[in-house]
Amino acid sequence: MLNPAVPLAFTAVVGIAGAALGQPLPDRQTEIIHRLKQDCGSCHGLTLKGGLGPSLLPAALDARPDEYLVHVILYGKPGTPMPPWSFEIAEDEAAWLVARLKQGIRDGQ
Amino acid sequence: MGNSNIRAALLALAVAGLAGCAPELRGTGDLGLVVERASGRVKVIETTGHTSLATVSGLGDLSHATAVFSRDERYAYVFGRDGGLTKVDLLQGRIAARVIQAGNSIGGAISQDGDLIAVSNYEPGGVRVFDAVTLQPVADIPARYGPDGARSKVVGLVDAPGKRFVFSLYDAGEIWVADFSVRAAPTIQKFPNIGRLPYDGLITPDGRYYIAGLFGEDGLALLDLWNPAAGVRRIVDGYGRGEQPLPVYKMPHLEGCASASGLLFIPAVGRHELLVVDSATWRETARIPLHGQPVFAVARPDGRQVWVNFAHPLNDAVQIIDVAALKVVKTLNPGKAILHLEFTPRGEQVWISARDDDRVDVYDTRSFERIASVPAEKPSGIFMTSRAGRLGS
Repeated sequence: MLNPAVPLAFTAVVGIAGAALGQPLPDRQTEIIHRLKQDCGSCHGLTLKGGLGPSLLPAALDARPDEYLVHVILYGKPGTPMPPWSFEIAEDEAAWLVARLKQGIRDGQ
Repeated sequence: MGNSNIRAALLALAVAGLAGCAPELRGTGDLGLVVERASGRVKVIETTGHTSLATVSGLGDLSHATAVFSRDERYAYVFGRDGGLTKVDLLQGRIAARVIQAGNSIGGAISQDGDLIAVSNYEPGGVRVFDAVTLQPVADIPARYGPDGARSKVVGLVDAPGKRFVFSLYDAGEIWVADFSVRAAPTIQKFPNIGRLPYDGLITPDGRYYIAGLFGEDGLALLDLWNPAAGVRRIVDGYGRGEQPLPVYKMPHLEGCASASGLLFIPAVGRHELLVVDSATWRETARIPLHGQPVFAVARPDGRQVWVNFAHPLNDAVQIIDVAALKVVKTLNPGKAILHLEFTPRGEQVWISARDDDRVDVYDTRSFERIASVPAEKPSGIFMTSRAGRLGS
């Protein structure tokens, strides 16, 4: 379950992402999408429709606040297999990834 | 069948054969499949000359795909993530039959007699069973649990002697045994409260014990199929000694970790360790420190070595454990993102998939030298036809 303190704590992150300050460079974008499909895909499926972990398709994420999703990517979800990725994904990169996931990741990207 | 019919059948086989212009009869004992996970394809490989014989396309989403083989080792049944169940003709290098049987799947098994294929599904949660010849549906087993009848994801599906399938309910924390000895009237025995979040299961090579690994609990659930009335019991309980486990970037697998010598080499969840468990006592007899979190720990067919690969981000290495010494004797760096490894039937070679290097390498298991390399696009699982003769695979 989401810690109710989390959205408040991460308002700042969303502010930065919203200002598009943290757009990763094109090579890094490709790298992050590769990681998403290959490594996140271990649990969420190569096409992100879910597996042991939930679906990451837009329909499944739309209702979730960006800051919550950024927090889950960076710090994981205790009590579930979702691990923290902050060791290799920066906050602004996670915010960019959340925005991309909500748009839908097409094949070829 | 008359002589002319036999000749016609042989001719048809040869014409459609893998070599194309050079008709040639061949066996399938040295064949295998390599899954190209991102492209929906499998490669048919042979381990005598280390070549790829055919590429079969159109198998859908093959992330986390696995395969089992018909008892004559001619056909592979490939289980895709998207619910696809595909029967591949290894000799003709083509799809023989295919059904989309669910929305989201994780693996499957073939019954002891080769008559039935069972698939474990995440969506809708349960097991579906098909005729191995036609892929026509035979049975549907919804994995319902709890007062509201919610459906659980199913993992760790294996076959067991007596035309049974054994599997674990991830969300429910249960083990079920489905008995198909009377095909038209299967029966199901349920074992609840085995522990939280079983993530995979295995059956020992003799078909006696089913073991489910538990995520977030320091132990495993053991069911003795010779004495199911005794129920499920916990083994190697508390192996984490109360320490906080590391985050897990790839769920470990239990397949292949039981060796012929009666030892099991079990990946410790969230730890850079392999647990060595003696199947005579079900106690931990050793603990082997490793390079990273183990994903597969696969015993060589003779049981003398165990080869281990690792979870992201330390997944560029393979370590080899000498079972006599119970320690790591060699560390290889075969490539980027080592996803799977599979031995040839007698274990003189091991095939290793390097996903991000787009190739499968072949190693000599005595010298640890690389002896061949086969290009493959984002390869993941490797499956040799010799699995046809083994329970639980």
